[in-house]
Order: sequence, then C-alpha cells, then structure tokens
Amino acid sequence: MPDTQALVNDFISKLKKRKIEGSQATAKQTAELLRSVISQTRVPYTNQAAALIQSVKAVGERLIAANPVELAVGNVVRRVLHIIREEDLSLTTAAMAGLNLSAVSDDEDDADRDNQPVLSAAAIAAASRSTLRPPSLQTLLEDVPDSAAIPHTSSSGGDSEGKSKSADKSSRSRKLKHDVIEAVNELIQDISTCHEQIAEQAVEHIHQNEVILTLGSSRTVLEFLCAAKEKKRSFRVFVSEGAPRYQGHLLAKELVTRGLQTTLITDSAVFAMISRVNMVIVGAHAVMANGGVIAPVGVNMVALAAQKHAVPFVVLAGSHKLCPLYPHHPEVLLNELRSPSELLDFGEFSDCLDFGSGIGAPLLHVVNPTFDYVQPKLVSLFITDTGGHNPSYIGEMYRLFVVSARGEGMNFKSEIMRTNCIAEGNFFGKLEDRKSRFL
Amino acid sequence: MGAQKKGATARVAEDSEVVARHSLQAILLADSFTTKFHSIILERPRVLLPLVNIPMIDYTLAWLESAGVEEVFVFCCAHSKQVIDYLKFSVTTIEANDSISAGDALRLIYERQVIDGDFVLISGDTVSNMSLTQALEEHKEIRKRDANAIMTMVVQHSKPSPITQQSRLGTDELFMAINPDTKQLLYYEDKAEYSKGFISLDKTLIADNPSIVLHNDKQDCYIDICSEQVLSLFTDNFDYQHLRRHFVKGLLLDDIMGYKIFTHEIHSSYAARIDNFRSYDTISKDIIQRWTYPFVPDILCGSSAIKLERQGIYRASEVTLSRSAQVGSFTVIGQGTKIGNNTKISHSVIGEGCSIGSNVTIEGSYIWNDVTIEDGCRLSHAIVCDGVTMKLGAVLEPGVVLSFKVVVGEQFVVPAYSMVSLIQQPTQQDSDEELEYAENSSGTVEIPSDKLNGEIASDLSETQYGPTPELGTGGVGYIWSIFEGAHDEEWRHSVAPIPTDKLAKIMLDKDEDEELLTQDGNALVEELKSDSEDDDNEGSRDDYASFEKEVQATFLRAVHENVKVDHAVLEMNGLRLSYNIAAVDCAGAIFYSMMKLAVESLHSSARELHRNAVEVITTWQKLLKSFVHDIDEEILHLLYDKEILQEDAILRWADEKEGADESDKMFLKRSEKFIQWLREAEEEEED
Repeated sequence: MPDTQALVNDFISKLKKRKIEGSQATAKQTAELLRSVISQTRVPYTNQAAALIQSVKAVGERLIAANPVELAVGNVVRRVLHIIREEDLSLTTAAMAGLNLSAVSDDEDDADRDNQPVLSAAAIAAASRSTLRPPSLQTLLEDVPDSAAIPHTSSSGGDSEGKSKSADKSSRSRKLKHDVIEAVNELIQDISTCHEQIAEQAVEHIHQNEVILTLGSSRTVLEFLCAAKEKKRSFRVFVSEGAPRYQGHLLAKELVTRGLQTTLITDSAVFAMISRVNMVIVGAHAVMANGGVIAPVGVNMVALAAQKHAVPFVVLAGSHKLCPLYPHHPEVLLNELRSPSELLDFGEFSDCLDFGSGIGAPLLHVVNPTFDYVQPKLVSLFITDTGGHNPSYIGEMYRLFVVSARGEGMNFKSEIMRTNCIAEGNFFGKLEDRKSRFL
Repeated sequence: MGAQKKGATARVAEDSEVVARHSLQAILLADSFTTKFHSIILERPRVLLPLVNIPMIDYTLAWLESAGVEEVFVFCCAHSKQVIDYLKFSVTTIEANDSISAGDALRLIYERQVIDGDFVLISGDTVSNMSLTQALEEHKEIRKRDANAIMTMVVQHSKPSPITQQSRLGTDELFMAINPDTKQLLYYEDKAEYSKGFISLDKTLIADNPSIVLHNDKQDCYIDICSEQVLSLFTDNFDYQHLRRHFVKGLLLDDIMGYKIFTHEIHSSYAARIDNFRSYDTISKDIIQRWTYPFVPDILCGSSAIKLERQGIYRASEVTLSRSAQVGSFTVIGQGTKIGNNTKISHSVIGEGCSIGSNVTIEGSYIWNDVTIEDGCRLSHAIVCDGVTMKLGAVLEPGVVLSFKVVVGEQFVVPAYSMVSLIQQPTQQDSDEELEYAENSSGTVEIPSDKLNGEIASDLSETQYGPTPELGTGGVGYIWSIFEGAHDEEWRHSVAPIPTDKLAKIMLDKDEDEELLTQDGNALVEELKSDSEDDDNEGSRDDYASFEKEVQATFLRAVHENVKVDHAVLEMNGLRLSYNIAAVDCAGAIFYSMMKLAVESLHSSARELHRNAVEVITTWQKLLKSFVHDIDEEILHLLYDKEILQEDAILRWADEKEGADESDKMFLKRSEKFIQWLREAEEEEED
C-alpha cells in the first residue's frame, strides 16, 4: 500500500508540475496508476465493489485536483469507476443467473451466455429490476454508431467488441478485482491504440489532391495524415506553426521525413490560405459534452476562418478525450495561462518589469493562454476511435450514457455527477448532493 | 594502440559508472546570514516568510525536486526549530546555531561529509523554474576538460535601471567580466562605487584572455553548481564568510591554485533571489505574472484551491467578498478572507483568514495571514505580517513594514519607510553584515512573543499617561529608528516604488555624473592610446592650468602688497615644487601674469600700454630671471610658440640689445641660434 501511495504522490507531483505533456500520455498513465491502486487495494469479502470504488475515488479526486485543466484524468477516473460498477453488476447478474439456472453446469452456462447474453440479461431484469446489468460505455460507443447508421467500417471495433464479450463470458468464474483489472487493461489498450483506430479512417476522409490545413502539433493528426499517405493518397498539408510554442515546426519536420508535401505558414496567414484548403484537421485537448472543443490556442481562429470559407473543420479525438462536463466558463475554468517567457525573452524586457520606478505596478502584461474553446457549431465532424460523429451527437452519446445509468438506480448517476463536481466546484457538488437526497 | 583504446574505453565506462552512481545533491541554506528583513526575521526565519501566500522555501524545494535533485540538505541556523518543524521529515536538515555566515555553514557541512560529488548550492529564498540538466551537463563538460573548474554560476540577462544603477531586485548594479568563448568568469564586482564612475580591471585579465566581455546587464541568480572541492576550499580558507564577496572574489584573485569559475546563462527561464523588500515586491509580481510557471499560486497551492480569474486575479475558493468591493488586477486573495463594502484592492497579495473592513484602500501591499484591517484604513506599498490589527482609519504610508501582531491605533498615520515591531530594536549594530538574528535555539517564538506582548502591554499601561504611545491610541509596538547612513538609502530597498522626487534628483545627479563620465571616458581612451610618456603630459595639463592660475594670483598679490621680489621668488618656487612644474613653464606662467597685469592696468594708448609693460617687466625682472637663469633659447622659443612674443618683437629686442653691455648680452648669446633661425626664416619669406 505505501508503494502505491508513493506512486500516487509521484504522479500527482508530475501532474502538478505539468511534466506530462499530452492527454494521451496522461490518460494512459492515470489508467495504469489506477490499475495498480486497484490491485493493491485489499478487498473485504462483502461489498468488494464499494471498497474498490472508494479507493479509486480517493485517488481520483486528488489526481483531478492536481491538474484540473487536464480533463483526461477525470475522464479516465470516471471510466474506471464505471468499469468497477459494471463488473460488479455483471458478477451479481451472473450469480443471479447461477441461482436461477442452478441445474446447469458451469460450462453449459458459459456457452449459454455466450450465445444469448442479452436474452439472459433481460430475463434477469424481469426477475430483479434493481440489479439490471447496464449496457457498458464500450458497447454504447460501439453499438450506437451502427444503429444510427453512420457509415464506418472499423474492423477493430468488432474485434474489441468480441473481446469485451469474451471478457464478459469468463467474468463469472473470476473474482471481481481480477475482472476489473482486465477491463482496465483493456482501457489502457484502447487508449494506447486510439491513434491507429482513428488513423484507419483517414482514407475515407482525405481524398486525392486535397489540401489539408492543421495547426500546431498533434500525434493523432500526424498518424492520421500518414495513414492516408500510406494508402497511396497524394495530398498536400499546410501546417500553421502554432505560436507561441511553435510545435507546428516539429510536425512539419516529421511530415517531411514521412514523405508528405508540406507547407509551413504562420498562424496569422491562416485566413489568407484557407481559401485554398479543402479540409481542416486538428487535434483536441478535450471534447465537452455539448460538442464544444478545448483545443490548443489558435484553433478557434482557424475554425472561424474555415466557417467563413465553408471548409470542413474536422476534429480528431480519442475516446479518452470525451468529457461529460459542460464548458460553463471555458476561458477561466478550463484554461491555463502559461509562462510569458514563451512569448518573449525575459532579459530583453526586464526594464519594462522594473517596479522600482514608476507607479509600482506592471505596465506590461503578458497573457499566454494554452487553450481555445471552439463552439460546437463550428465543428463539422468529430473522428474518434469509434468512428465519425457530428457535434450534436457527442452530447447525445453522453445523454445516452447517463440515461442508461439512470435505469438501475440513482447511486451510479450521482457517482458520475459527484466526480464531475470535483472539477465543477463545490457549488454544484452541494446542489447535486441535495438533489440526490431528494431523489 | 589496441591497448590504448581498451584503456580509453575502460575509463569511459568508469566515468559513466561514476556518473550513474552519483545522485544529484543540493545544499539549501535556510538562513540568509544578513539583516535585510531585520524587523520581521526576529520572529520568523526568512525562508518561511510567505511569498504570494506560500513560504519561500516551498518554491525552492519544489524547484529542486522538479529539477531532478534527489537529496537536499537544508542547513538551518536561526530559528532552526521552526524550519525543521515546517519541513517535517521530507528532507535532511542540518542544524547549527552558532554559524554566522554561509562560510561557517559550508565548513560544517564539509565536516559532516555528506556531500560526495557535484552539488547545487542555493539559498532558501530563491525562486526559479530553470532546467538544471543543461547547466549540469555544461558543468560536467567543463570539468572534464579542466579539473580546476570548480563552480558554475547561473546568471540571467536582466538590465539594471539606467536611472538608479540598481537592478530590478534592488541590488546594486553588478559588473561581471566573462570570457565569451569559454564562459569563464573573470571579474565580479557587486559593490562598485558609482561616485568614482569607473571600475578597474586587472591588466593581466586583458593580457591573458583573447577576448573579454564586461557585462552590467547580468543578474546573479545565486544558484551555483559546485564541485566538492568548494567545501574543502571553504575549510582551507577559514576567513571566507560570504559566498560572493569572499569566496568568488577570493578565487578570482587567487592565481596560485588556479581554480576557475564558469557561468551558465539562462534565457527563457526564471531565477531570482529575494534579497530585500524591493526584490520581495518584484518577485511577487513576477510570480503573479506567471514568469515562474509552473511555480505559480494556482498550481503550487496545495490545500486551498486558488483559481486564476481574468485580469490576473487569484482567488481562493472560500472568499467572502462584498458585492461593492473592487478587486483590481494582479491581486491574490487567500482562503477564508472577508472583504467589506466599497473596499478597493489592487496589485496586492492578501493572505488567508484576513478580515478587511469597509472603505479600505489597499494598493501594492502584501498582507499576510490573519490580519484585521478595520474600516477606512489606507495602505499603500506596505508589508503587513501575520496577526496585525489596524484600527479604524489607520494609514500606512509607502514602504511601511508592520511586523507580527503589531496594533496600529485609530487614525494613526505610520510614516513612510518605518519598521514597526513588537520587539524593541536591538541597540547594538556593528555592521550590516551580521547574521539573521538567532534568538535562541528553542525557536519557540510564540511564547517569547506572547511574553513580550504582555510586557509591552504593561509597558504601555505604565506609559499610557505619557504624551503619546508610539502607534496612536491603543497601538502596540515600537517604531524602529532607521540607522544612520541607511536613512537616505531606505527607499532603495523598500517595497514602495521610488518616489518621483528622488528619481528626479537622481536624474539630475546622473546628468552631472554623465559629464564626468564622458570626460573620464575620453581621458581613458586617450590614455589607452597614448604612450606612457604622453600620459604624464595628459595628467599634467590640468595641473598646469590650475598652476597658472595660482601663479597669477600670487603675482597679483605680490604686486598689490608690495612684496619683496626675493619673497615672491620663494613663493613661486614653492608653488612650482608643489605642482611639480618645470622652471620653464613657471617662467612662462610668470611672464603671462606680468603681461596680463600690464594689459589690465589702466592705459589709453598703445604707448601707455608699452610703458606699463616695461614698468612691470623692469620691476619684476628679477623674478622672471630667477626662473630663466638656466634657460637659453628655450624660453624664447616657448614664448614665440605660444604667440606671446611676436617674431618682430624678438628681432627688435635682439637689435636693441646689440649695443648693450655684456651682462645683458648674455641672453642674446644664449638665444643666438634661435634668432638666427628666425632671421633666416624671415629672409626666406621675403624671397
């Protein structure tokens, strides 16, 4: 236990000092940390899930507080909590099934569940409403696109579905903790392979001889473009340099080494160049529940330019970037001001910052925000590892998620809400507590 | 050859092993060994003073941790108990109460033998976000080349104010000579005398180094990467006390051991040390402006969540703010603070648990925790420590520092730049170099201060009937008198910006200085250009002018007071010797004075003037002769050259003297050659 404690503290200090760059790395490390927390937690014989939830929540709250701007942490914590509940329920369900079908041997039971899992679940739901097995987030994300008839031919989606089913199948015979760890492993796997899954769809979106504009640097965008290149598409890329960190330079370099025709432009030239562009593709920091995007600074300008010239604006985001929060105050709450030294050299301006003479207050203010908020109406399409979605649908997905959770009692919902509240501030937390007491 | 190679690789392996084995260590001096925050540090160590609501040492430790330092030794001296209690067991602390300087501290650490390799030497009041890796690599690289390189000093580009010759941090302008190729530090002077207007470098510096750059736009960050020899050097030289003044300067001057110091300049990152109230103010503002990112309040604050809002306002989650209160930009408000109606706050830092009444104006001030400010108070550019109470309508003028638990009485105006403390001012002040006041080893400040409180209260009740308590009615505390000499300089290091009248005054002074400087500059240039021979001339030119004046004055006095010629000769000779002037020049000066007298005395025609001249010359010829006795034609030549005598006049004189007696002819004979030359020249012209 002290071992995990040290790990947690280490991770928190890294988060605090902003040592981890990029939401994918953060999400992955968070999931790995939570996995080790879960594996180290001693579970009592009764109420195993509650113990796990408690320890994950305790760690999760600290992690979120350490860097409230990095929404991926909260997203992963919520996903892990969800996994625990899901596995708990599926175990209970299986136990119920075992009670109901006590005559059937283990092997047959497994086979039976394998063939008709939904049916058995429905049967149990009829028997006991309170312990209904909810559809998992995974199945939600994967099933709904098909039903909504959005064209996407992701082979990996099918694979992971099969995997999750097989995980479901064997869940009964294993202990809860083990199941949870398996599921978290899957989550980690998902997070680390989200680039490839997104990149697989590239060839459907990028066409021959098109001009693509992107801003700054995103690994997802890089993989996406390269995947299209590998499929023998020939196209050109405009890279806007992404001041003040100029990560666009790195992206341009990387694209050139991979053999793509690249043009580097300044951020201020975006509007001038946008009329030549066929599609804008950018990465995101987080995707909010209303379909709004938190993205590196400058992206909003690109989005507005794209709208002006009716250029499709496509956002790439792994599912760990989908966040069930609403951007009430995006500029303040969900932004971070970095050091002014990224903009200008301290030594050169040190005489402007001499407070000894003058009014004693700085006359020079340097503001260096990290993120922009892009309204959902400016986004044409989201491409996640589960396929393409339009912005209004992103919210839908979360509504579905919450509504489906409502089915089997308030506990879970308030759980989500309460974890949300960690980032939302105390006011909402109190409100929610009162509400849940009411309900 | 093969064997050699093998050996080389083996050594490389060894090297890397050494590097791998050695974990980076740091020595943090949690004691400044100065008295800069004197009125406050009597009660709390400097490193625990809050800087934007977070103790200074937290910034330093957080930076050390993020920079990859694995082991930190915190050296505590004054109030060691408080420091140790604060740090708990997170770092190794070394405690010594008898150390009075950084030198002592390092000697003690050497005795403990805890340092085994390169280490970072830093003071507990340093704020930085620089990356150490590059500096460390540079240090190692140089060490490999040159085993005598024992220290790498971190410097930052930062211009000093052109007006006050002072850096942003309130320290004096720093001069460093650095070799631009090797980055070796060659000269370090932080106490240059501006009155002189120049600094002097050792000649050998220029001789030894192909190129040398003299900087005045570098800031010393007081972050040093040292080799372990540094500690042993301190032990060897037991008189080293101050890190810079003794150690660095000592090393630079000492060419026997040949130790070298190198510099590492940081560009985009930030590093600065809090040295005085001015730098406290500057660095606070830098932190609020996020130059120290990620060490900024909203990230570093552990327990209470502080959020950054628009216009750089940092607000903790539980602040009671009246609707009519106006919180201006770049302000920090701590947890649990209450602010009343119509209160205006700007560019200030307010700590936790403060209660601020209505109609209060706070401007550019630093208010620490649990401070009570009643209605109608006005504060500008002040520092207010924990537990202070300001009663109705009290006013703090710029630069005031209120120490812990002081009470300012109703309507009382605390004069500018005053230090107020519950503790009476220590009377003995031998120098500005003593240690942070090490009260006692117990460090339990609460009890003594409480006791003091009581004493003061009783004192006050006794003196209550006296004329006025020092801090108004109901006030508790002593206003410290400002030390003599420091009085004029008080504004330099204060939190308040420099008042405009002072600035104007400095500007004036500076203009004059500038003239002087340019003069000196010219002189310097010429000196450099000219040979040593010319040097003397240059130096004596000014002397000659003043000598001439003196001669004139003496001569006139001699004329008016009818001094005997012999006496005048004596006086002139005295003057000549004291100015170290050649007899020829002296004669010239006398002659000039004589002629001047002749011209200045009343005359209506040329004839009269001539008579005057003759009269003067005849009266004082003995004086003139006494200086020209060993001169032949030189004097004539001189006079001619100086256009005192016209060519014609000389020739006429020669003609006149043709028929004169022998004694008179002596001059003529002596100057025969010159006259010959003049005549020839004349003939040539005529041709």
